[in-house]
Amino acid sequence: MDLWFTEHHSDNVKFSIRVDKHLTSVQSEYQRIDVFDTPEFGRILTLDGLLMVTEKDEYIYHEMITHVPMAVDPDISNILVIGAGDGGTVRELTRYSHVQNIDMVEIDEKVVEVCREYLPQTACRLSDPRVHIYYQDGLRYVRGKENEYDLIIVDSTDPFGVGEGLFTKEFYGNCFKALKENGIMVNQHESTFYTSYANSMKRAHSRIKSTFPISLVYQAHIPTYPSGHWLFGFASKSYDPRSDLKADYWNSLGIKTRYYNTILHTGCFAIPNNVRDCLRES
Amino acid sequence: MEKITKLPQDSAPVLEAMREHLHNRVVPFDVPGHKGGRGNRELTDFLGLSCLRADVNSMKPLDNLCHPVSVIKQAQALAAEAFGAENAFFIVNGTTGSVQAMIMASVKSGEKIIMPRNVHRSAINALVVNGAIPVYVDPGTNKKLGIPLGMSVSAVEKAIRENPDAKAVLINNPTYYGVCSDIKSIVELAHKNGMLALVDEAHGTHFYFGDDLPMSGMAAGADMAAVSMHKTGGSLTQSSILLCGKNINSDYVRQVINLTQTTSGSYLLISSLDIARKNLSLNGREIFARTVKYAEYARNEINKVGGFYAFGSELCDGDSFFDFDKTKLSVHTRDVGLAGIEVYDILRDDYGIQIEFGDIGNILAIISAGDRALEIERLISSMYEIKRLYSRDKSGMFDHEYIDPEVIMPPQNAFYGNKKSVPINESSGMICGEFVMCYPPGIPILAPGEKITREIISYINYAKEKGCFMTGTQDIKMENINVVV
Repeated sequence: MDLWFTEHHSDNVKFSIRVDKHLTSVQSEYQRIDVFDTPEFGRILTLDGLLMVTEKDEYIYHEMITHVPMAVDPDISNILVIGAGDGGTVRELTRYSHVQNIDMVEIDEKVVEVCREYLPQTACRLSDPRVHIYYQDGLRYVRGKENEYDLIIVDSTDPFGVGEGLFTKEFYGNCFKALKENGIMVNQHESTFYTSYANSMKRAHSRIKSTFPISLVYQAHIPTYPSGHWLFGFASKSYDPRSDLKADYWNSLGIKTRYYNTILHTGCFAIPNNVRDCLRES
Repeated sequence: MEKITKLPQDSAPVLEAMREHLHNRVVPFDVPGHKGGRGNRELTDFLGLSCLRADVNSMKPLDNLCHPVSVIKQAQALAAEAFGAENAFFIVNGTTGSVQAMIMASVKSGEKIIMPRNVHRSAINALVVNGAIPVYVDPGTNKKLGIPLGMSVSAVEKAIRENPDAKAVLINNPTYYGVCSDIKSIVELAHKNGMLALVDEAHGTHFYFGDDLPMSGMAAGADMAAVSMHKTGGSLTQSSILLCGKNINSDYVRQVINLTQTTSGSYLLISSLDIARKNLSLNGREIFARTVKYAEYARNEINKVGGFYAFGSELCDGDSFFDFDKTKLSVHTRDVGLAGIEVYDILRDDYGIQIEFGDIGNILAIISAGDRALEIERLISSMYEIKRLYSRDKSGMFDHEYIDPEVIMPPQNAFYGNKKSVPINESSGMICGEFVMCYPPGIPILAPGEKITREIISYINYAKEKGCFMTGTQDIKMENINVVV
C-alpha cells in the first residue's frame, strides 16, 4: 500500500513520510490530532496536519529547548513549561534532581491524552510527582503570575492558530513579569528559510528583544522541521548563555544526551549570516 | 406585481433571488460596468470573484430598493417580523441614513425635537438639513467615569413641560458606552403628550435577539428605530435597518428615505441585511449569549488587573443609568494615569489590537460572537502589560467628558448663516458655526449654534494633545473654527 503523510513546508514545497499505519485521529476543541506509525521515523504526532514529533528526531528538539538554559543557571528549581503536550520537554527536565517543581500549561487536554496512550517515548515522565499539568490557555495562566519562576519554556506550535497568543508582545511581557530576577525564557523560535516562518521569527524576536535585556537565538538541525534548520530563543533578565555557561557543573551531572553537549552549547549561538540579517531586520 | 406571501424566517428572499439570477448567467448589458469583475482584475483578485459577481444592479427579478414590490419587500417584511416592527426599511447609507430619515420623517423645519445632547452627529446633521430645532436634555454624567449617561425620565418630563409643542423625543438605546435610559417610561411619556418616540439603536441591534439584554425600541412601543445591523448584527458595513411602528405612515417614510438615499442600492449591502436577519432570527439567541459570556469574562478579568475599571450593571441606578448593555466592554483607564485614547493607541501600536475607540477617560472594545477566547486573552493580557509598563500618576488629567452646551440658535441657521474663521483659542463667547468632535465616538463637543466657552476650548485642546482624532471643522488641522458673525 502506498500511504504517505504530507506536510506543506511552503506553498511550493511538500515533505512526505511513508506511513505504515494511521493509529488515531482525534478532533479536539482546538485542533485535529493524528498519530501514525512510519517505517523511517517511527511513531509520529501531527496537529492540524503539521508534524510535531517523530520518535526518530524528537530528542534534538527536546534536548536543545531544555539543556541550554539548565546549563546556564544551576539554581533553576521552579519551571513553567507552556505547550509541550507531548511530554518530551518535561521528560528532559525531570532528569535534573534539583528541579523541585514543573508546572506545565497545555491548552489541549486531548493532546496529552493521545500522547500518553500512543507516545510513551515522550510522555513517559508526565506522571512525575514534581509535574503539575494545567489545561488552560498559556497566556491566561502566565498573566496571573509574578516573580515566581526561574525558567519558562515556551514549547509551542507555530504562530498560526492555537499557538498564536504565545508569540505576542503581551505574552512575552507577562512571562517577564512571571520570572524571578535572574529568570530565563526559552522559546520555540521558528526558522528563517521559508518566508512565512521567517516573518514569524522576526516578529517574535523583535517583541522579545523589546521585553528582555538579553535576547539571543540559537540553532539546531531537526530533519523533520521545515528546512531542517530550526531556531530557539534565549531571553533572560541577567544571564548571557555564552559567557554564563557552567560547563563543568553540567558535565558533572552526568546527564546522557544524544545531541546536546557543552561544546555545542557555545557553538549553537554562532548563527549564520542569513539568520543574523533576519534578526537585524526585526 | 408578484403576490407577496408570508415567508418563514429561515428564508432569505433577496439571497435566493440573487442566487437564481447568477445561476441563470444573464448577459449583463447594464451597470455596473465591471461586469461581474471581468472589467477590473485587480479589484476582483482583492475582493473575490463571488463578491464582484454579486455586485449587480436592481432589475425586475431582484426588485428595487427605492420602490420595493417583490423580493426586497419580502425581505423587509421578514425583517419587520424579526424585530417586532410593523414595517422595516433596508438602508444602505449607514445608520446615519436611518437616523436622518427617522428625524426628517418626524419633524419639519421650525418644529422641535427633544433629544439628549450626547446624540451621534447624524442626528444633529439631520437638523441642519431640515431646519428642525433641538431641545437638549442633559444626559447626566457619571462623575467618576466622566461619561454622559442616558436621559432620566424626570429630565424628559421637564423638557416636555417646557416644550409642549415639541413633535418628537429621540432616545439613544444604548449610548456608545452601553448605557440605557428607561426607554419604556420615556416612550409612554412621549405618547401621552402626543409626541413621537424615536430610538437611535445604532448600538442596539442585539437587544432584539438576545436574552437578558436591555429592552429594545420596538418592544418599548417606540414609533421608529434606527438599527445598525452592521455593528453587532453581522451585515456589511454601511447597511442598516429603519423600523417603523404601527402608527407610522411607512409609505411617507419611504418617500423621505428616497429624498437622500442612493437610487443604486448595493446588492452586497442589501443581501447582507437579508442574510444577517436570517442568521439573527435563527441563531441570535445563542450568538449573543456567547457574546455576553465573553464580555463578562473580560470584564471580570480586567477588573482583576487593578487600576482599570471595566464597568457594568453594578452602576445601574434606576434613572439615567437605567440599564446596561452587557455585550459592551467599556473600561475606565484614568486611574492608571492614562487617557483612554492613549491606551487605544498603545493597544494598536504595540500589541496589534484594534479596539473601537478611546476617549479622554475610557476605552471601548466591541465583543461579538466572531471573537475567540484567544483574542479575549490577548486583550486582557495586554491590559496587564500596559499597566505594568505605562501606568503613571493620574493628577492633572482631565476628568470629565460631557460639557452642557448652551444653544443660541438652531443648527441650520448657524450652519448656513454668515460665518468667519477665527483661531479656536480666540473663539470663546462666540457662536459655533460647525461641528467639533472626536471620531469615534462622533458625539459633538460643539454643534452649530452653540456657544463656545473657555471650558470647551480647553477640552478640545486636551483631546488634541492626547491624540484624539478630531473632525468636523472646515479647517482640517482644527486650528481655526467658523463662528457665526
